[in-house]
Amino acid sequence: MVPAKGITPPFYMNESILNVSKITKYFGPVVANEAISFSLGKGEIVALLGENGAGKTTLMSILFGHYVADGGSITVFGKKLVPGSPRAALEAGVGMVHQHFTLAENMSVLDNIMLGTESLAAFKSNPRAAENKLCRLMERFGLTINPKALVKDLSVGEQQRVEILKVLYRNAKILILDEPTAVLTPQESDRLFATIAQLVEEGLSVIFITHKMREVMAASHRCIVLRQGRVVFESLTKDTDPNALAKAMVGSEIPRTIRQRQPPGKEVLSLKGITLADKKEGKREDKRKHLGTSAKKSIKNLNLSLRSNEIIGIAGVSGNGQSQLADIISGLINTYDGKILLASKELKNISPRRMIQEGVGRIPDDRNGTGLISDMSILENIASEIYGEPPFSKKGFLQFKAIADRAKKLVKKFDVRCPNIHIPVQKLSGGNMQKLILAREISGSPRIILANQPTWGLDVGAAAYVHTQLIKAAQKGAGVILISEDLDELFQVADQICVMYHGRLSNPEDVDRVDRAKLGLIMSGQFSTHEGQEKKWDQKQMKLEKNK
Amino acid sequence: MRLEVRENISMVRLMAALFLAVGVSMAVCSVLIIWGGASPMEGWILMIKGALGSKFAVSETLTRATPLIFTGLAAAVAFRAKLWNIGAEGQFYIGACVAVLLGTHGEMLSPFVMIPYLFAAGALAGGLFLLVPTFLKTHLNVDEVVTTLLLNFVVLLFVNWLVFGPWKDPMSMGWPQSEPVLDSAILPILMAKTRFHLGFVIAVLSSIFVWWFMANTTWGFEIRAVGSSIKASTFAGMPVNKTIIRTALISGGLAAMAGVSELCGVKGYLTTDLSPGFGYTGIVVAMLAALHPLGVVASALFVAIIYIGADSMSRAINISNYIADVTTAVSLLSVLVAVFFTRYRIKRG
Repeated sequence: MVPAKGITPPFYMNESILNVSKITKYFGPVVANEAISFSLGKGEIVALLGENGAGKTTLMSILFGHYVADGGSITVFGKKLVPGSPRAALEAGVGMVHQHFTLAENMSVLDNIMLGTESLAAFKSNPRAAENKLCRLMERFGLTINPKALVKDLSVGEQQRVEILKVLYRNAKILILDEPTAVLTPQESDRLFATIAQLVEEGLSVIFITHKMREVMAASHRCIVLRQGRVVFESLTKDTDPNALAKAMVGSEIPRTIRQRQPPGKEVLSLKGITLADKKEGKREDKRKHLGTSAKKSIKNLNLSLRSNEIIGIAGVSGNGQSQLADIISGLINTYDGKILLASKELKNISPRRMIQEGVGRIPDDRNGTGLISDMSILENIASEIYGEPPFSKKGFLQFKAIADRAKKLVKKFDVRCPNIHIPVQKLSGGNMQKLILAREISGSPRIILANQPTWGLDVGAAAYVHTQLIKAAQKGAGVILISEDLDELFQVADQICVMYHGRLSNPEDVDRVDRAKLGLIMSGQFSTHEGQEKKWDQKQMKLEKNK
Repeated sequence: MRLEVRENISMVRLMAALFLAVGVSMAVCSVLIIWGGASPMEGWILMIKGALGSKFAVSETLTRATPLIFTGLAAAVAFRAKLWNIGAEGQFYIGACVAVLLGTHGEMLSPFVMIPYLFAAGALAGGLFLLVPTFLKTHLNVDEVVTTLLLNFVVLLFVNWLVFGPWKDPMSMGWPQSEPVLDSAILPILMAKTRFHLGFVIAVLSSIFVWWFMANTTWGFEIRAVGSSIKASTFAGMPVNKTIIRTALISGGLAAMAGVSELCGVKGYLTTDLSPGFGYTGIVVAMLAALHPLGVVASALFVAIIYIGADSMSRAINISNYIADVTTAVSLLSVLVAVFFTRYRIKRG
């Protein structure tokens, strides 16, 4: 494991290889970056911190040539970098690993790495030489991966390794990693930081973007904090502490959410043996029949019991069936097998309308596209679930006064910052959009609240607000399901935590007794809380797939 | 080069952009007029005179605008819900057919009963006709652009068969046309010695009604919501399929009303050239109006001015009257581009 309080910088770090000088960038009237200057030494790991919208990604995009800065300059190895050209950045030795991978899923690791490196004029490609070079790289940096494997068969952590190798293959000396741990389990993250340590030992330099304090403290030499497009704090990591960093990031003390636990009440929701066929796999079903296996399931025999006054956290790397589970509870999917009981009453033919009527408050992960009708007004979005009932409409005619009164009341109560209730919701910030959704979904005192990644992309203040509201709702008697990829969030808010992996849900465990390391293992599928039989079944299926 | 969203869309800039767009399209068309061997200045003056220069000219323009308001509304309502009804032309003829079918019988009915009855029946038929492609869309995911477009030809050929076959008027001396509707079905003329008829008033009232309906009823709200985002509307528990079906009934109905109005207001009998593409021009009208029901009236008048004006210009200085099609097409393109640039700005890098 990496030490807890920064790592000691190497002696040759003072040799500056990258100089960013007074970079300024505007998007319309919005300042994304204002006169940002910093330097990166050889063999140095710099963590770039900041909230969403602080300008981290813009800065890195300028560095890598995706954007042209409105002012300032960048020098790499003493030479001025041509702005606006990713190719120039690559040639100068700057490589970027994006948060969302840019890999061709149906091609092999080697193909992905070679892609774009060979001259168009070359008569034929030379995979042998490329493979040799790749193997040397893998040996040197301790990044092992089968070059012949198809990218779609790799785990997320392995795909990230391919991305890093892709950059190294192009002889990058400076690596930029954009939120590299966002999709990784804790174990995979540790492995990534071990890799980074190895990279700098070989003389490379690394900048990684994050908003997780723990990672900064564990794995960087120096940290730079951005807020509202400016550098507000810079320090050697060993000379600072998480509180100072957090304060610099937010600009004030972080509001803390305090959870006062209550004994849970009666069961409000029970899922029994929920199984759901994978939609994408449905098409391949015919082929599978020949192989004697059944179609892939995105949810497998899932059981869950939720009581009032209780918050159950569902952890897991995204894409393990959480969104399907959320869609079922939201009423969007009704093709599942199994039973849903609401307060011991079985629900059949569920629909969004039905779930709303049964008192389920639903907070979707995609607030702009699913939660809100983005080009309609705040007023209309407040009305979107209740417009059919009196007093909001009478005999098919909308009653604008009643709707406006309610909208005004909710906007005030939930502190949605807006000039008026008639502006389209897409003009609101992410935090205010989420407050608007919260206002609509939990103001009616629902029995059940389903929150799917409710703080994704929100700044610390807005996230704390969401947490407080969920906790308040639980105290008032709602049962809350909180789906999140962020373990810290779950530990802060939830009473019980379970993990979703490959469509299965582990048994919920009390948040005070659960072990972070064990959760990480379950998240990466190395630890099964279920009977060995099911696991074997999985392995058998994987084998069959590989043979095919 | 990148596009950047403008923060505030100022009214001044929007108006300036629209005038610029009209200017650009006039400039492009001037080149074509010069190419045709005439003076563009003279051409434009003749065009304005031909469309607005006399009482008769104005009446002709209003008459031409009438079906365009209806088909423009049909497109505006459907497009608002993202139901791409390209079949207004077919629904127009369905309306006209119903007017002939019912308007040639029932001598005892007074015009006060006959005219509302024909409009209602025509609208119902047009709406039901659009349900066929709509059900294919909602239940089988068949693209309605293709089905509605192709049904236009089916209807037109069907009308062809009717006027050459079973509906052929024995008194027409061999011309392929139906029997005329009864006098009680003919829309009253509003200006003496012109063709300007009651249909225009009905069209304007319809557009006011549609505007009110979209803003004030739960069904109108659902149509706008579904059109903005099917995903979010589904999530909010709205009846998405029902809404699309209602939209189809309204849209098809409005397009068919154009047919009834044109048949009972202008010709009195059915021919295969009753519509010179009113259904398709309605799409242009709706787009020019940015799908606003009241804007449809203005844009229908604009398009009618160009058509009537270009007709008279082409007669006077011997330029092909296709100049009208070119002018509307170019103005549509330039208006769309202009509106686009009021929302975005181009930025280097």
